[in-house]
Amino acid sequence: MKPCLAFLVALSLQAAVAEWSYQTSWYEKARQDKVARGTVWPQPRSIDTTSVRYYLDPRSFKLEADSSSAAVSDPECKEVVDHALSRYGGLLFWIPEEDRAGVDGDEILDKLVLTITRGCTRYPSLESDESYSILVNSDGATLRAQTAWGALRGLETFSQLIYGENGKHVINGTSISDSPRFPHRGIMIDTARHYLPLPFILNHLDAMAYNKMNVLHWHIVDDQAFPFQSATFPDLSGKGAYTRKHVYTPDDVSQVLEFARLRGIRVIPEFDTPGHMMSWGQGHPEILTRCYPTSFQPDIYHLGPANPARETTYTFMRKLFEEIRQLFADEYFHVGGDEVRFQCWNSNEEVHQFMVQQGFPNSTQGFADLQGYYIRRILEILHQVPETTRGIVWQEIFDNFEITGDLTGLNLDTIIHVWEWNDTRYQGEPFREEMAKVTAAGYRTILSSCYYLNYISYGRDWPQYYECDPHDFQGTEAQKQLVIGGEACLWAEWVDSTNFIPRMWPRASAVAERLWSPQDVADSEAASPRMEEQRCRMVRRGIPAQPQGPSYCEYEWNILSQLPNYRPVITSSGLRVTEGLFHIMFLDVLVLAVVKCLA
Amino acid sequence: MKLLVCCVFVVLACQSTLADWVRQPFWYDDARRDKVAKGTVWPQPKSIQTSTQSLSLNPDSFSFTTTANSATSDACKDVLDPALERYRALLFWIPADARVSVSGDSVVGSLRVSITGTCTKYPSLDSDESYSLEVPSSGEATLSAQTAWGALRGLETFSQLVYEVDGKHKLNVTTINDEPRFPHRGVMLDTARHFLPVPYIKQNLDAMSYNKINVFHWHIVDDQSFPFQSKTYPDLSGKGAYTQDNVYSPEDVQSVVEYARLRGIRVIPEFDSPGHMQSWGQGHPELLTSCSPTSIQQDIYHLGPANVARNSTYDFMQRLFQEIREVFADDYFHLGGDEVHFQCWMSNDEIQQFMRQQGFQNTTEGFAQLEGYYIQRLINVLNGFPTRTRGIVWQEIFDNNILSGDFTIDLDTIIHVWQWNNSNFQGIQYWDELPLVTAAGYKAILSSCWYLNFISYGRDWPEYYACDPHNFTGTAQQKQLVIGGEAPLWAEWVDATNVVARLWPRASAAAERLWSPQTLTDATAASPRMEEHRCRMVRRGIRAQPQGPSYCKYEWNLAGESNYVPTASGALGMMGYIQQLLLFCCLVLTFGFW
Repeated sequence: MKPCLAFLVALSLQAAVAEWSYQTSWYEKARQDKVARGTVWPQPRSIDTTSVRYYLDPRSFKLEADSSSAAVSDPECKEVVDHALSRYGGLLFWIPEEDRAGVDGDEILDKLVLTITRGCTRYPSLESDESYSILVNSDGATLRAQTAWGALRGLETFSQLIYGENGKHVINGTSISDSPRFPHRGIMIDTARHYLPLPFILNHLDAMAYNKMNVLHWHIVDDQAFPFQSATFPDLSGKGAYTRKHVYTPDDVSQVLEFARLRGIRVIPEFDTPGHMMSWGQGHPEILTRCYPTSFQPDIYHLGPANPARETTYTFMRKLFEEIRQLFADEYFHVGGDEVRFQCWNSNEEVHQFMVQQGFPNSTQGFADLQGYYIRRILEILHQVPETTRGIVWQEIFDNFEITGDLTGLNLDTIIHVWEWNDTRYQGEPFREEMAKVTAAGYRTILSSCYYLNYISYGRDWPQYYECDPHDFQGTEAQKQLVIGGEACLWAEWVDSTNFIPRMWPRASAVAERLWSPQDVADSEAASPRMEEQRCRMVRRGIPAQPQGPSYCEYEWNILSQLPNYRPVITSSGLRVTEGLFHIMFLDVLVLAVVKCLA
Repeated sequence: MKLLVCCVFVVLACQSTLADWVRQPFWYDDARRDKVAKGTVWPQPKSIQTSTQSLSLNPDSFSFTTTANSATSDACKDVLDPALERYRALLFWIPADARVSVSGDSVVGSLRVSITGTCTKYPSLDSDESYSLEVPSSGEATLSAQTAWGALRGLETFSQLVYEVDGKHKLNVTTINDEPRFPHRGVMLDTARHFLPVPYIKQNLDAMSYNKINVFHWHIVDDQSFPFQSKTYPDLSGKGAYTQDNVYSPEDVQSVVEYARLRGIRVIPEFDSPGHMQSWGQGHPELLTSCSPTSIQQDIYHLGPANVARNSTYDFMQRLFQEIREVFADDYFHLGGDEVHFQCWMSNDEIQQFMRQQGFQNTTEGFAQLEGYYIQRLINVLNGFPTRTRGIVWQEIFDNNILSGDFTIDLDTIIHVWQWNNSNFQGIQYWDELPLVTAAGYKAILSSCWYLNFISYGRDWPEYYACDPHNFTGTAQQKQLVIGGEAPLWAEWVDATNVVARLWPRASAAAERLWSPQTLTDATAASPRMEEHRCRMVRRGIRAQPQGPSYCKYEWNLAGESNYVPTASGALGMMGYIQQLLLFCCLVLTFGFW
């Protein structure tokens, strides 16, 4: 009798405790319509969800590749798929083991089968097919894609469909057919104004994958610093980096490329010329134009843009570009071309002589001709390292050729990157006009003007990015077709590793949805609950995405642990020099002693 | 012969040709030289004389010593000993393998700390934080203070004098006499709009001590959530916190208070009432006024400010405050009192009846009187506590008194001025409010111009730096009544992901304004020190954000050790392998195996 009573008491207590811990807090009621559950960001092209719930058992759920499909038989596919399956194995379930409730008796979803119907390439490209379809019903879950890149997008979507409820991982019956609206969905990072340590770039690449972004535009060098370590010209970073530690070695770059590739992200390097090259001049002053009088360039070096008059400049660029192209896998190469001021060229005798030689007049038009000449040469070089390489340039290059009235110097396969705008802060070309002009001339274009994330203001600012559409200009259907996408830019004057990720995310997510989802998904109010879920999901996955108004996440940033990053590791892990030598000697002696014994 | 070859190898291996190469200055250093200071102090001391004569510190042998006066008393040691421990770790940062021997240099061997007054367990508004610091050209450096709190400030200054040159820790011959301009120098954090895990609060306390800020104003609860766990009323956080993970237990609070105390920082809790109490109503709806019609309060609960008509409200507050007073050690208690909208009170019969009873008119003046009545009753509660407790209130409480013409609030209450007037908020300018507050004889704290939650593009710290609490028309006596200021970081857009980077180094600008002499106002001149200070904070583990294109020698996590993706550390590098190879060859030769 007594044990029975104790048992009952224990049972009722247990129930009470369980109820208490599952009891919803008051704020959740208020938040219910503010935070979505199991929604996908960016919104898929077509999605149907039923109210039928399936439960996933983290211990037995399987992510499988269909062995009869390219996912297994094509080695290029298999490599990407295997990595992805193991990554998503870790992302699908997050409820801590001790908080999980059993799913016995529930309708179980036991596996997802992944099929790739076509084949794979080693690297993603502008032409890659990223479409996929997902079906979750009582027969199980299937994911079908043409390529590994589509499979990656589908896995991300599948992982986002799962939500937590009373300690269980749940998914609703769902049918999705999805493909991106634009093929070029990028984020530009600037590692010249401030250096970004590698782990932060990798962290960011993960966040990009969670938002189906597929281009990392790496504005790697600029006036302030040249952190790219070149084997051909070691003095570029040797003298132009902030310090020897503030560099990206070829090995670092390869790591970034591989990390990005496995997430279906292209890495496009930008080596901005002929302006923004001050840091290049530290190791190689001969490639820059000397300004006279020196007051043109008030800094201590008096060096201006690249010297377009010297053949050696082009030889230098060819060698450097060859090296870069071998390292970076993408066929596109951003050669910059923005914000070149002509005063310094105008002040230099050598440049003047060259212009006379070439028959360029001594006027703005003439300098535009000169810059056009330089860019034409640069694009020619690009087309030879190897011939599949194509250029991306900032819009000034196009504007410039427009001034000269002759667009033949600008190869039609070049992509024009539109970034200017016109408001109280900056008086440039209004981007809608620019997009119309560029596409009317037959060039493909990328929009960044309304996605400058470095500009911050108080409060909830993501709707302004969300509501800016790359097709919002006057033009024919053919012209719209030439808009291949957009890029969010985070220039780094005020950003370094201390604030990079929270400033980028989730603001860049707004751009991600604009570039992936159908044009009519444009209501930021309606998107808010999904945005809230997406930001908390990123936080849960280790991306410190900043909040968007008073709220909480079920899994806050680091709530469960001590601060991992509280003390940066500044003491070397190595021993002191003398100790180190002693240590090595000791080891050597040991090795020799062993060898001797064996002998 | 073998021996000779061996020796050559050893010399080759040991000689660090690498060392010179590593220390070679970079081009950007030239350009930055005038932009980044070395061994400067933030906030700037009242009086500092520095010579160009530099001395070296030897991390292996440097020591702190204490004079056998109060410094060795138990009361002072309680704070001083842990501080010496902390600053021992903060003084030296050059990685052991990058250090260069200082033998042959003039060396500062030790710092002698002397405390001449008596020490208290907790810092207070009246604490003496003055100190003097002497780094002579030879012999021991000395730090002398009246209290342990002054010694803490002096230790921070001493640690900031140290700079790095070619692998050595250096400092210059210096004499400093320093004390703060204002006794109340605060940062306000809001843990209601977003919960802040305790480690982040502590990290901010560290950063505050690096900036000589001495008040942590903890806006702990608000409309959105009630994370303070009360033993008396467990339902307050039980139902009013975001989740049961998002709470501060009494132990959490105690650990924060203790962490702050050891850094000479007061923790002043704010339990804002009668407005901003929505989260209280989840566990205790009886405390709040029911609004009718319900449209006045748009949310689903239709509860407005505290129900000031019920005696039970005051009883509740009395018991809660008693508990709070026991957990928090400070003499001051922030009662809030801001942004009360009178419509809900106006709509409630019980309140209307009570007002008639009290003889308050059914007008704005009447409601102002009503709020004044409420706050004064809370102040009476504070006054009734066995340990001295005084209130701080937001400026509306004072403005209400002006409105009703009836100065009911005790004169030892501090008025917290926060409003301003521009396109984003139409309030009273602080230079109009401070003369009124101080003319009425109240002490004042200024926050109006230090709302760090407002962000904009670019370098914004100079605007915080330029704002002065004495920037109003008034007598010297009135100026005396301004006891300092606080930089608030309201948390609508801030949580653990971005709080530290958003707060620092912007709060450092306010820190210098509140500590350093009034004449120090040139932000451009302060910039190189600011740059050094921000990199110093980053080096010490505070994620202070950058202020324009730049770098720090020790970047946030540059070493690649991150919680995120472990990357292979640089290991030995080529030279390391060559060294190893040479040594190995040497040994082979010595032992003669081949």
